[in-house]
Amino acid sequence: MADAAQPDFEPEIIVFACHYCAYAAADLAGVMRLDYPSSIRIIKLPCTGKLEVIHLLRAIEAGADGVYAAGCLEGECHYLKGNLWARQRVNHVKKLLTEMGLEPERVEMYNMSSAMGVRFAEVANEFTARIKELGPNPVKRKGVSPYAAAREAASEIALPEDTDTVADQPNRPLAPLATTKEG
Amino acid sequence: MITAERKPFDKILGLVGESKKVLVAGCDTCVAVCLTGGEKEAEILASELRIEAGMNGRETEVEHTSAIRQCEWEYLDLISDKVDQADVVVSLACGIGIQSMAEKFATKLVVPGVDTNMLGMPLEHAVWLERCGACGECVLGETAGVCPVVRCSKSLMNGPCGGSHEGKCEVKTPEGEEIDCAWHLIWERLKAQGREDLMFVDRPPKNWSKGSSGGPRKMVRVEARPV
Amino acid sequence: MTPEKTEITEDTVDGYKAGSNLEKILSDGRFAVTGECGPPKSADGSVIDNKAKLLKGYVDAVNITDNQTAVVRVCSLASAVVAQQNGVEAVMQVTCRDRNRLAMQADILGASTLGIKNVLCLTGDHMSFGNHRDAKGVHDLDSINLIKMFKDMRDDKKFQCGEEMTVAPRLYIGCAENPFGDPYEIRALRLKKKILAGADFVQTQCIFNLPKFKKWMEEIRSLGLHKEIKIMAGITPIKSAGMANYMKKAVPGMDVPQEIVDRIAAQEKGAPQQAEGKKLAVEMIKELAEIEGVAGVHIMAVEWEPAVPEIVEAAGLLPRPTVA
Repeated sequence: MADAAQPDFEPEIIVFACHYCAYAAADLAGVMRLDYPSSIRIIKLPCTGKLEVIHLLRAIEAGADGVYAAGCLEGECHYLKGNLWARQRVNHVKKLLTEMGLEPERVEMYNMSSAMGVRFAEVANEFTARIKELGPNPVKRKGVSPYAAAREAASEIALPEDTDTVADQPNRPLAPLATTKEG
Repeated sequence: MITAERKPFDKILGLVGESKKVLVAGCDTCVAVCLTGGEKEAEILASELRIEAGMNGRETEVEHTSAIRQCEWEYLDLISDKVDQADVVVSLACGIGIQSMAEKFATKLVVPGVDTNMLGMPLEHAVWLERCGACGECVLGETAGVCPVVRCSKSLMNGPCGGSHEGKCEVKTPEGEEIDCAWHLIWERLKAQGREDLMFVDRPPKNWSKGSSGGPRKMVRVEARPV
Repeated sequence: MTPEKTEITEDTVDGYKAGSNLEKILSDGRFAVTGECGPPKSADGSVIDNKAKLLKGYVDAVNITDNQTAVVRVCSLASAVVAQQNGVEAVMQVTCRDRNRLAMQADILGASTLGIKNVLCLTGDHMSFGNHRDAKGVHDLDSINLIKMFKDMRDDKKFQCGEEMTVAPRLYIGCAENPFGDPYEIRALRLKKKILAGADFVQTQCIFNLPKFKKWMEEIRSLGLHKEIKIMAGITPIKSAGMANYMKKAVPGMDVPQEIVDRIAAQEKGAPQQAEGKKLAVEMIKELAEIEGVAGVHIMAVEWEPAVPEIVEAAGLLPRPTVA
């Protein structure tokens, strides 16, 4: 596979990151001055459980070379099972891509906690290397940046980047699974 | 409820052929409830078709829409503009909706994007079981509310065959899962109702002409016809 | 509850329903023996010739299976005729899986004109077990409807639709019952239902669990059913421990106790296991013959027909009676 790697290819990768874990982990990675590729473009979600099949497909359709969701560690979802739903949907998209003749490895699900800055950088590097090996998404970009298109497609579920907490967004509905965490 | 499963992607591609303008039309009634052919699924298939076209360098325009019920003329009127602009319509409705669409837009190529499979009951979230065969002559009153026509693998009308074992049918699903023996269920429920004698009633050969063997069926409610 | 007595007409002057060898032996209260022959999966009629010759003189009639286990074979009607040409009376099996009421009535009229007198009415194994799994299952009738349809043709000269015919087929009508099927508690009453529909004899699923069969027979006797129908107990000689295991695990409706499997497995593979299998079959037959209400045995030696003569002889069932 290494032979297929294209040294000049700078992939564009969309990350759907959960506000409670991966997004904070990305912040931490930045604070720690950890090195991760600039190919990574993050869209912040209140929970990966909000992510649907269509959001992943829209990113691929817009020419993103790879897309992954980064949610909380399994068992630690703020909304209990959002990250498990996300994994199921990512797996479904893998199946759809396979049917279309696209590599299923272009989409992935990762789990991490907000304290895992190092892991965030690791995943970003790992996934970028994977996509570099796969080469560019054969779907031609249509003059729109994949990030902008993916963001647009996910506008209903994404949080603005300049806010830190869900509480800052009183008008934004939360995931249907949102319940008071008990105990 | 009518349930359907989406056709494999390559089958849909084959039906779409070289068409340049594709409309994926969902239906927001039964097939939406079974998560196969509602607006959401129409949008997904449209995106898939665009990705595939993009991968292979074809200039194909793919739009999606959905009708509240594809099986009713009035709702088809609401999407007729989009249909007019398309070379091919991939309908995600049940077989009834697909045919209504094909009949309403008779010069348009309308192809199925789903395989309609049963009249099913949602047993639990995202799981459906066949419950009715629309046989035209319901026997549920004598069979404790369990349909032997579709729930017995051999449509037996006079009790279980010799292949019933510990409440399970000798037949398994294509995925290898066990199927409940309908006659076992009937017997257990008849016992619970104290109506065991119904198990031993002789049921004559079923009149299949009331079902699909009688040719395409037609129903008219005279009292409700427009005057 | 007594099934209607067949009216004596000019067609039944001899007092028999069909006048078959099997009917006469059973009616005379003699212990009957039937065998089984699976037709070949090709147009090679010699296979049926050979199987029939092998069984001639050792059984009173031979069942001819109808696309058994949903695998396409020479049809039971043609095979039954070939068997009879070789001097062995046939019991033509008819399943509801492959034919509708038109085809089944047409076939039984044809069979009757070709001299077939015994018929066995079955539901049939499901298509999913066979070699044409995409086939549409017919199941227009169930086996009870089928029994009744043949009985009405024979006794009332009526087609299922109610129309009359001039010459009725003379049939000795059989059915199958599985004493080991579930729910167990309805099995005896289900046989009663078949008797009321018109069955003259019943051949049971092969018996390995003797205590359970005896219990079933007790229920049959308590309902008096053994006086209404001739009960032939099913026997399958086991050829190997592998076969015993397969039947225990994979064949629907079979009840093979572990001790039976162990008994065969205790012998060396090959001839010793075969000998034990035959010995077991002989013991079973002798025990079954002692049970009140058992009128005969039906030996289903699946693809092991050569074992049948030996078993019948060792069970002391030779010579087979000749009837007028």
